[in-house]
Amino acid sequence: MNESAHLWLIPLFPFLGFLLNGILGSRLPRRLVSAIGVLAPLASFVVVLGDFGATIITAASSCPNCGSIAALALPASETLSYPWLAIGALQVDFTFVLDQLSAVMLLVVTGVGFLIHIYSVGYMKDEPGYARYFSFLNLFLFFMSVLVLAGNFLLMFVGWEGVGLASYLLIGFYFQRTSAADAGKKAFIVNRIGDFGFLIGIFLVLTTFSTLSFNQIAVRLALSPDWHGTVLTVICLCLLFGAAGKSAQLPLYVWLPDAMEGPTPVSALIHAATMVTAGVYMIARTHLLFDRAPVALWTVAIVGAATALFAATIGLVQNDIKRVLAYSTISQLGYMFMACGVAAYSAAIFHLVMHAFFKALLFLAAGSVIHAMGGEQDLRKMGGLRTKMPVTFWTMTAAVLAIAGFPPFAGFFSKDPILYAAFLQGTGGKFLWLVGIVTALLTSLYMFRLWYMAFMGEARSEAKHHHATPLSMLVPLVILGILSVCGGWIGIERFSAYLAPAAAAHRPMPTGNPALELLLGIAAVLVALEGWLIADKYYRRKTERPAEIAAALPTGYKLLLNKYYVDEIYGAVIVKPLLAFSKYVLGGMDLLLAGIAWLLAGIASISGMILQRWQSGNLRSYAAWLAAGAAAVLLFLLLTSSPHAWSLPFFHSETIFKVSHITVIQTGQAGH
Amino acid sequence: MSFLHQDVSLSWYLLLSAILFSLGVVGFLIKRNLITVFMSIELMLNAVNLSFVTFACQWHEVRGQIFVFFVMMVAAAEAAVGLAIIIAVLRARSTLSVDRIDLMKL
Repeated sequence: MNESAHLWLIPLFPFLGFLLNGILGSRLPRRLVSAIGVLAPLASFVVVLGDFGATIITAASSCPNCGSIAALALPASETLSYPWLAIGALQVDFTFVLDQLSAVMLLVVTGVGFLIHIYSVGYMKDEPGYARYFSFLNLFLFFMSVLVLAGNFLLMFVGWEGVGLASYLLIGFYFQRTSAADAGKKAFIVNRIGDFGFLIGIFLVLTTFSTLSFNQIAVRLALSPDWHGTVLTVICLCLLFGAAGKSAQLPLYVWLPDAMEGPTPVSALIHAATMVTAGVYMIARTHLLFDRAPVALWTVAIVGAATALFAATIGLVQNDIKRVLAYSTISQLGYMFMACGVAAYSAAIFHLVMHAFFKALLFLAAGSVIHAMGGEQDLRKMGGLRTKMPVTFWTMTAAVLAIAGFPPFAGFFSKDPILYAAFLQGTGGKFLWLVGIVTALLTSLYMFRLWYMAFMGEARSEAKHHHATPLSMLVPLVILGILSVCGGWIGIERFSAYLAPAAAAHRPMPTGNPALELLLGIAAVLVALEGWLIADKYYRRKTERPAEIAAALPTGYKLLLNKYYVDEIYGAVIVKPLLAFSKYVLGGMDLLLAGIAWLLAGIASISGMILQRWQSGNLRSYAAWLAAGAAAVLLFLLLTSSPHAWSLPFFHSETIFKVSHITVIQTGQAGH
Repeated sequence: MSFLHQDVSLSWYLLLSAILFSLGVVGFLIKRNLITVFMSIELMLNAVNLSFVTFACQWHEVRGQIFVFFVMMVAAAEAAVGLAIIIAVLRARSTLSVDRIDLMKL
């Protein structure tokens, strides 16, 4: 265990950035705000890079002949000295773990995060709430690094909820717009539904393993190698539900398209590159559990494949440039889930990283287009932007080629291993592969559709005035463009070799052969090419054809355009009955609670009305009551004292007074 | 104290005291003029003084008489303060009618 990694620094910098910009930001000059906002992720990135580099150097020097870069110095684990929870036997600490998996993830989060922060400086330049924006973005990075570094379920859940909060705040950044505020609420509520499953999963882990630490769970599982299914399946299905919420999979994907209401860099960072991949990361992190639960694993694969295809079909007909990308993100996340489902965790993480590059690039390029069009997001009003913004055009082209899966771009190297791994998994796997390949066709089609509609042809609207794209926006585009081209050259073999200690499946994997892999790769490229050709035909040469097809198939077109009416169905089946039920319950509770309250208030006010008559302000009435009270006390004393006492005043005074008279006389005489 | 040797029994003194006290109470309750009310209070105090003296005589206790001195002293002080207040009220409100001095009303 390497204790000198200073892992706590990684979340600390963004947190400081959040505090500084959040508390003082509105009073600081914009340059300082941007400096704080950008330097915080940079500092974290440098720390991560330092740790990452150190592990590779250590590995290379201590094992020069190993031939693999499996870093021996990892995992580095760090427990902050303050214990968090200690309840009976349960002990939960603030433990940060840096292993190969979290190292890769952190590189993406802080690296891409840093680039997007730079981009934001240019993109958000004229926006009000500049400091608020950067403080939220830093807050997101803080929670995301906590999520990634967490060494136990509970700490991961803190990060999980935290990124949900940051996402909510940033989707609703333009909270003056009702649609943005609603989208934020929708994202938060749908995520809460997923979190419910995640929480149940955590509780089950706690009751099953009596610990929440990933390390100790791994030890327990290693001790009982024959333990499969049952409880583990239930746990994994619960975790999958949580992951589906965060990673926008069926049936909980509905929040992500609406999340596009946020600023575009936010969509790039949170709703494409990092936060939505948290579900994939969580499954990879807990893959020891999933490996023991084949049923749950198949569910993951089926959910992923279904989502990939489902979202891709919707993406075909959307006209908002960001929505197309949102459905594309859901679809690509489906690929990652599919990879997890066939226990190809390294392939999933590899695609996650590559996807972070090209999808962040796609969003940033789209943001650049939107910026230039003065806020216009409708593809039908774009066109001909190729010559007007060459840098955006070329980087976008690289990203489109990457996501469509053309070699030698990043997507080719990451998508093929997934399809290949799926293909190897028996008959069901063949089916997954088929779904994957159809999705690849659709992906290529809708991406090139977007590309043609935005950049090719003639401008379809009178551009009000084209904003020049500032350098701060171009530099991240170019860097991400280079990564989208070259990122995949790492190769899945080297990547999975590096990741093996943290994410190798602990179950027998079918072996394939290189020829088959090559064949499948060629098939995938041909399919992508087919998608390009279709897009070329319909959106460049015969631009009237799509409308004709839509007219010929009105039902199908409307179904897709309205996203299969899922929002409407959810609204009718879940939201409305729930609201009605709440109102019913609320009505009952209202009656009960309000009844009690009204009763109490009524008693008080009625007695007040009676009692206030005494407070007449009339001195003589007070005196009368005083006298009456005194009389009553006197009467009470007389009635309750012994009958003998009746004699005291006058009634039988003779004897007493005689006696006293005598004594008075006697003493009087004695006195004389 | 020699008059107590006569056949006037103590009960007459106490009866007188009670009558005076009741007069004071009634005066306090029915009179509207603040000065009359004030005088009624003095009447009550002196009625009580009379019973104190009576009982002091009866029991040959000096404490009862001491009480009377205290009451008289306090009554004197109270008269000074009370009359000052009455004058202040008169100046402030141009009336001494108890019914119209009702600022404490809600």
